[in-house]
Amino acid sequence: MRIGVLALQGAFIEHQKMLEKLGVDAFTIRNLKELNQEMDGIILPGGESTVMYKLLKDLNMEKILKEKITRGLPTMGTCAGLLLLAKNIHNYDTSFLQTMDITAKKNAYGKQLGSFRTLGKFNNQENIPFVFIRAPYIENCGKDVKVLAEVDGKIVAVRENNQLATAFHPELTNDLTIHKYFLDMIKK
Amino acid sequence: MNERYQLNKELAQMLKGGVIMDVTNAEQAKIAQEAGACAVMALERIPADIRAAGGVSRMSDPKLVKEIQAAVTIPVMAKVRIGHFVEAQILEALEIDYIDESEVLSPADNIYHIDKTKFDVPFVCGAKNLGEALRRISEGAAMIRTKGEPGTGDVVQAVTHMRLIQGEIRNVQSLREDELFNKAKELSVPHDLLKYVHEFGKLPVVNFAAGGVATPADAALMMQLGAEGVFVGSGIFKSGDPAKRAAAIVKAVTNFNDPKVLAKVSENLGEAMVGINEQEIDLLMAERGK
Repeated sequence: MRIGVLALQGAFIEHQKMLEKLGVDAFTIRNLKELNQEMDGIILPGGESTVMYKLLKDLNMEKILKEKITRGLPTMGTCAGLLLLAKNIHNYDTSFLQTMDITAKKNAYGKQLGSFRTLGKFNNQENIPFVFIRAPYIENCGKDVKVLAEVDGKIVAVRENNQLATAFHPELTNDLTIHKYFLDMIKK
Repeated sequence: MNERYQLNKELAQMLKGGVIMDVTNAEQAKIAQEAGACAVMALERIPADIRAAGGVSRMSDPKLVKEIQAAVTIPVMAKVRIGHFVEAQILEALEIDYIDESEVLSPADNIYHIDKTKFDVPFVCGAKNLGEALRRISEGAAMIRTKGEPGTGDVVQAVTHMRLIQGEIRNVQSLREDELFNKAKELSVPHDLLKYVHEFGKLPVVNFAAGGVATPADAALMMQLGAEGVFVGSGIFKSGDPAKRAAAIVKAVTNFNDPKVLAKVSENLGEAMVGINEQEIDLLMAERGK
């Protein structure tokens, strides 16, 4: 199995390391040529969504990426990656790839002083660490979207068919639950 | 480890591969965000103008900081004078995302840096060698940047500092474990931090380049030398076409290893900031705060 990690900006190395721990071949994607390689799945990492989207457009990668996701490429977005996928961002004047039927709130927990770490249940399994860094949460989701995790009544992880999105950063912990779930999505 | 400190180091991880730009008003902050800045540094005067004006330079007016915070969704940083913990308390009260305890401003204390472990907001500090970097980290810095020589548009000092830090890291890696105690003494740094460097071959926090970066090629040079991201101060808003240059530097940092992309983005950027080199200036900011 080969998984691409979008490496335009942000914490992409952290995702690569998680995939390596799971014995998966991971490669970075910084341009159109790398995006057009064969892959079984793609990860959109944490970082700044505005930066990543600007670079996706400037490097002519946006259309192809959107097409790949719409055609069913297994995709996982964390934090900024979630914002890239969201159809709507309620407190921001534009949204980005718009492939996932969710409405997200950007910087939903405020500035850095609002960043936090907690334990939560993912897909009704046992508690795992959730790390939120200037994170969004999901305000609404469409009928085909399955809620996988909530914290204090807010939706923080969802799946819609081939797309998985978390508001928190599984790549900043030692827990492989979410990445394993993503690999299972690819295998099925 | 303290949970807040961990979260603060993790915010720096999210900034990696990005460009942090100096801005002096809300309008510039918006231009920076649109050009692809991963964070902005709010300050009243950019380093080149601080140099030109002389006198004492201090933390920015909170009103300016608030206006910039309201203008963008990316993290907002601001500078305090070395050792001025009350300026830091004020910025924390404004819920700033990152404080830069910076040699660009006039130092408020000739001996002591701020005890950054007493704050919930994160700090980034400048360093020109491994000893300075690890001392700042032991005081609570969650991110390090090279000092370079701010406001000059001359990348030579940033290169010197980055090469020195990376070289010292390689040297520490080559030591026997029982030699680390003496090395810690020599560098005046805590043994546990040095042990981390020995084991992992990197600083325990994210390390950016800063001080003199003016072109996409400068930014890519710093990345190839091992920087995890770049601060650009005067280089953008002292140039002919700030929005274009800013966007070009962002692309250069992402594709720092791809000369074809670098050639393309370097084209037709208008005038770069007028540089001054270190022999022409009276004040070496990098000598502040050791």
